[in-house]
Amino acid sequence: MEIIKSGKENNALVVKVSGRMDAVTAPEFEKTVNSWIDEGEKCFVVDLSSLEYISSAGLRSILVIAKKLKAINGKILLAAMEESVNEVFEISGFNSIIPIHDTVNAAILKA
Amino acid sequence: MSSMKLPAKMENMELLIQFISDKAGKLGFSGKRVKEIELAAEEALVNIIHYAYPDLQGDIVVSCMQHPSNQFVIDIEDTGIAFNMLSLKDPDISASISDREIGGLGVFLIRKLMDDVHYHRDNEKNVLRLIVHMPQPEKTGKT
Repeated sequence: MEIIKSGKENNALVVKVSGRMDAVTAPEFEKTVNSWIDEGEKCFVVDLSSLEYISSAGLRSILVIAKKLKAINGKILLAAMEESVNEVFEISGFNSIIPIHDTVNAAILKA
Repeated sequence: MSSMKLPAKMENMELLIQFISDKAGKLGFSGKRVKEIELAAEEALVNIIHYAYPDLQGDIVVSCMQHPSNQFVIDIEDTGIAFNMLSLKDPDISASISDREIGGLGVFLIRKLMDDVHYHRDNEKNVLRLIVHMPQPEKTGKT
């Protein structure tokens, strides 16, 4: 898994996560985003167009971050998921608790 | 049947999953179905790695076979404490973000993605069996 900051738009930090978010790599996602929250970031747009795989450990990390941001009036928006990742969100009902947008630009507009 | 046996540790998870997905790929499953098999395997393995051996070290044995009744069968065995992960109750997937509990999703995903899943205790071993229907050959020719 790779996680990179690609810039700030409309007050949201846009980050791109690629590769696999599994039980081994998900804690790293959580840790990295937490460090940005500690630096004062409150709104994140996550570009998932290059994320190939997510397991419940990845969903768990996203939920932990979403809960934390909600408590400080922040938010996390996900964008551009590929089909198999989207399927995992749908099966688990996460598509109804985390905002998901078709494109990064659409997510930025809602940030 | 082919098997792989490794210590039940997180650093071995990827090797065990790779072993299963290689077998699935060779049997002609689609890329999407292979990912679903990998996902179910990961969820099962993570559960075993976290809970089967609380006090001591132990192994996980993964065996893959193609059953004559058109099934791809994956057995995941450990010799840890007796534990049927399928007895865990499903999470409330309609809960709001505040009420949504962290965790509990892994076994739910296994159930949703596999065609069938069984647990049995066999001779001091936990055996979790994941069953996937073999891909149907694509129909050729037009009518």
